[in-house]
Amino acid sequence: MSKANRQPPSVRIMATSFLVIWLVIAAFPFLWTLWGSFKVEGDFFSKANWANALFGTMTQIETGGSFTGAGYHGAWIQEEFWRAALNTTLVCLFVVTVSLTCGTLGGYALARSTHRYAFWFLLFALIFRAMPPITLVSGYLLPFFEWNLWGHLYTTVIVLVALNQPFTLWMLHSFFKNIPQDLDESAMVDGCTRFQAFRHVIIPVMWPGVITTGLFSFLLAYNDFAVTTMLLSKENQTMVPKIASFLGTTQTKGNVMFAVSAVVSATAPLFVMVMFFQRQIVSGLTAGAVKG
Amino acid sequence: MKHSSFFWFVLPSSLLMLAFIAFPIVSVVTQSFYSAHEQVVVEVENCGPFGCKMETSVDQVATAAIREAEPMGKFAGLSIYTDRNHLAFGEVAAAWVRADGLPDFGRSLMNLPFYKALGFTLTYTAVVTPLTIILGFFIAIAVNSVAVALKGPTIFFSLLPMIVTPLVGSLILFWMVDARGILGTGLQWLTDDPTLSVKASTGLMWIMLMVYGIWHAAPFAFVVFYAGLQTVNTDTLESAMVDGATRWERIRFVVLPHLLPLVTFVALIQLMDNFRVFEPIVSFQASAHATSLSYAIFNDLGGETRLLSSAAATSVLTIIGIAILLSPVLVRTWRDFDRK
Repeated sequence: MSKANRQPPSVRIMATSFLVIWLVIAAFPFLWTLWGSFKVEGDFFSKANWANALFGTMTQIETGGSFTGAGYHGAWIQEEFWRAALNTTLVCLFVVTVSLTCGTLGGYALARSTHRYAFWFLLFALIFRAMPPITLVSGYLLPFFEWNLWGHLYTTVIVLVALNQPFTLWMLHSFFKNIPQDLDESAMVDGCTRFQAFRHVIIPVMWPGVITTGLFSFLLAYNDFAVTTMLLSKENQTMVPKIASFLGTTQTKGNVMFAVSAVVSATAPLFVMVMFFQRQIVSGLTAGAVKG
Repeated sequence: MKHSSFFWFVLPSSLLMLAFIAFPIVSVVTQSFYSAHEQVVVEVENCGPFGCKMETSVDQVATAAIREAEPMGKFAGLSIYTDRNHLAFGEVAAAWVRADGLPDFGRSLMNLPFYKALGFTLTYTAVVTPLTIILGFFIAIAVNSVAVALKGPTIFFSLLPMIVTPLVGSLILFWMVDARGILGTGLQWLTDDPTLSVKASTGLMWIMLMVYGIWHAAPFAFVVFYAGLQTVNTDTLESAMVDGATRWERIRFVVLPHLLPLVTFVALIQLMDNFRVFEPIVSFQASAHATSLSYAIFNDLGGETRLLSSAAATSVLTIIGIAILLSPVLVRTWRDFDRK
């Protein structure tokens, strides 16, 4: 460590305590909700004493144990949350595959072309990236109703892929810029066509960038609410609109715990993802920024 | 790269973006000039034991037929833009005449749905963007100066609020600030007011939504700034130290200028994302206290009667807002490219 980075103890203590406070703010809500999802509603929303949620006083009285899986049972089986989970899996899988296929082709071309129109293409992609998805949804509804496309999973997949393209193109474009141009050019000198050079020389070395971009495509599909809630019929709902629909129906029935367990279930895969792909996520977030 | 190979490589992406981004924009703009057909009303003479009466009723068949024939509705020109739910020229003018000073005018403006949504969206964007950048900067500085052991867990837990689905993340916070949740109870205890409820107060609701926004976005700023801090030139830092610069002066005159391009980048992304604030309003069920432009569109589109034209007009106004917001950036990008 260089001398300039050495800290006097007072600064160290201040920085550490600031960080600890931030960590509590960032992590505590998740841990609290995870813990509370195994309690009954009387504990999770406790009128009498907030500590009930910690020790499960009402849960003890109502079920006999300190923990109950009733919320999970109600959400996954009674309210058929498994169906939403299945739909989410399908949507994410196809969105990631299709948008990476189109994105790598386009991103590669944008990185290698020196013409002016490549710049305009990227500029338009940036403008499209700024469009709030919900403004576009109001343009989809009428044609989709007319042509009977509304409500199906594949319509949503295609829409999400399209909304994802501007970001995917920008990201892959900057990754391909980092792959030396000599690589595919020497292949072309040896007699490959442009596509063969891409297929045999670029594809084998592009995976780190593609995986990072794929993670963000996955996040976009997984986290989307505006498109999925407006374009999917009730039986095709994915997890996020399903959770939103719990709020409308379950609050009156007193089954808010269904929503709580569904929320925890939907967060769990993201938790695992951050655990395994932390490095890629960080590199993806900074890819566009640090290089300018 | 040859023109033809460029064309084939970008074809799939361009088709997708044309069909599902560019075309919908055109379709939204067109739709905003049309309004739904009114119901066809017929008068029928209804004769009963007490004589005959003329009654009006809705001719469902004819209404359905005319709506089927022209699904976009009838041409309405700019009337949707100027009605009460959008720019409300008439109401604004009336409020201006009636108003007793500017604050009063502002209050009556906030009763009009579009201005209410615009007011919250702009306030949210203006408050959350700078605070996110400041908080992210301080976290990055703090992480950079603590022991290596804390770095891994900090990055892991910091990523969570950003990665988690916005709807889900805001629900988690919403349940905690419920009057019966832990933070809600804590607030009541702090203010010594057992009836305090975030749900019932407009001011608290606005603050909660913005707190959520900062909580959600600060990690992004943190990660970008932290990566930038790794590339600060240590030689410059050390020579500044030799010249007698204090810790704060070193941050102010060496680190900050180095991070400035990153600040612009984060600010740009945050402006775009904050302007479309939407999910937290659904989760917090805050529509009585705060609506945003995106929420107004969502509200028009949902429910039994889909108000397509009204949603389209709000969408067009939102897109115009985005264009104004982005124009300085676009002009700069264009100039940079021109110089190259």
